[in-house]
Amino acid sequence: MNPKLSNRIAISILYVIASTIVVILAALLGFIIISGLPAINWHFLTSPARAFTAGGGIGIQLFNSFYLLILTMIISFPIALGAGIYLNEYAKQNWVTSLVRTAIEILSSLPSVVVGLFGFLIFVVQFGFGFSILSGAFALTFFNLPLLTRSIEEALAAVPNEQREGGLALGLSKWETVIHIIVPAALPTILTGVILSAGRIFGEAAALIFTAGQSAPALNFTDWNPFNISSPLNPMRPAETLAVHIWKINSEGIMPDAKAISSGASAVLVISVLGFNLLARFVGHRLFKRFTAG
Amino acid sequence: MLINPSSPHSDDGWLDRNIVDPSLKDQQPIVLETKQLHVYYGDNEAIHEGDLKFPEHKISALIGPSGSGKSTYLRSLNRMNDGIAKVSGEILYRGVDVNRPEIDVYEMRRRIGMVFQRPNPFSKSIYDNITFALKRRGVTDKKVLDEVVETSLKQAAIWDEVKDKLKKSALALSGGQQQRLCIARAIAVKPDILLLDEPASALDPVSTSKLEETLLKLKEAYTIIIVTHNMQQAARISDYTAFFNMGRALEYDETAQIFTRPKVQLTNNYVAGDFG
Repeated sequence: MNPKLSNRIAISILYVIASTIVVILAALLGFIIISGLPAINWHFLTSPARAFTAGGGIGIQLFNSFYLLILTMIISFPIALGAGIYLNEYAKQNWVTSLVRTAIEILSSLPSVVVGLFGFLIFVVQFGFGFSILSGAFALTFFNLPLLTRSIEEALAAVPNEQREGGLALGLSKWETVIHIIVPAALPTILTGVILSAGRIFGEAAALIFTAGQSAPALNFTDWNPFNISSPLNPMRPAETLAVHIWKINSEGIMPDAKAISSGASAVLVISVLGFNLLARFVGHRLFKRFTAG
Repeated sequence: MLINPSSPHSDDGWLDRNIVDPSLKDQQPIVLETKQLHVYYGDNEAIHEGDLKFPEHKISALIGPSGSGKSTYLRSLNRMNDGIAKVSGEILYRGVDVNRPEIDVYEMRRRIGMVFQRPNPFSKSIYDNITFALKRRGVTDKKVLDEVVETSLKQAAIWDEVKDKLKKSALALSGGQQQRLCIARAIAVKPDILLLDEPASALDPVSTSKLEETLLKLKEAYTIIIVTHNMQQAARISDYTAFFNMGRALEYDETAQIFTRPKVQLTNNYVAGDFG
């Protein structure tokens, strides 16, 4: 076979593979969104779910998903940032750091249902948090930490070494250099990583079934005192999220419009995750432009 | 034929080593001096010997082939090699040995500033690049900061180009402007000595000549030590030149002397372009 022909064949095969991926994604998204879109309206997005009658919405689940996401980020971001800074800026290459890195890798390959069961045993049972947003947020932190740490570490590693030397040469300490020069310089990439991991958290179900629970008690959206049981902000209440809700309706939903609700909720979930991805690109791009072209 | 290994003269009239003391030559006070400086990367000795004295308000150039140790030597002077290499020997800054563990290395680096090979402005505004280190030291008075920004940028000969966009990102400047901004940033903390590690190697000829003009003006206020690959540059701007080879400073003398009548054969070969 001559080189020209073999090259052409290779390229065509790669084209086919690449377009297959795009077609699969487009078909999946198209199917979910088209079948779900008719169910979505303001009432559907804001009203509570109904167990036995038609006309229920996903308002509480949607709120729970966002609240859980924010809580998870509040817990996991500082830890991941600290770990990322340590690993990239301070850690020497020795057995301790290689142990940390291996631990992170193993943690990231744990199946989410295992993380969920572990969270159930530790937070729900042992610590007595019960089925609560807090238990869910801790479980999701375990789930999120490895990837977030990795992405922050990579973002910091991408900042050229000259920046560190520039800070040190001005008589700044290493810590000042890291916090005031390196982290801000890595911020666009860090934010992109955070938003992408937010998409993963938002769609997670298995880790939450046994931790945040499968029930969504009615919430009083006029009561913002986090210590009241019906307050949306109360972190100790059970909180079924959108992804868990979809799983539950499909496995044991007995409302007459279960199929429509599940399609609608799936579409909302997919659109939100897509939104996170687009937001990540947009924010990263904007920040990059602001920092470079001001 | 009798060869005496301790004699600095080889049999064809060249010296093996020729290090002058500038304080004897032109009565300038010595700002920085190294004695018995050795630098090791692990077991690998990068600098065997570097006994040089740098006079005040002069430009001293360090030249030599790649890998000769001139950058390593320079980076040892403000202890940028801390944690990377082991540096032994004395580095006397105005009589004080700064190569001791009890020295406040941050304060020392503020007095001995450094500009690097590749421009490295922070991803901040031009204004913040200049004021950043001062703010970290607790200077908050806006009037003081504004003044420092203006004088530093003027000294670095970049004020006219950036005065209308001080709030814009420094990364939007051209390479030559970025390098002069880095010089302004270094002098904003009022150092005594400026170390420059091949500052023009990433710049085009026009930016390079602007940078050289700037350095010639700056030597009235600062003592400058510059590593350069470019022999014409050393000849154009420096008062003293040290020739490094294989981790040793072989010859150090007035620049004119080095380029016209070197006393060490290797220096002669290098400045004549025979190797390097």
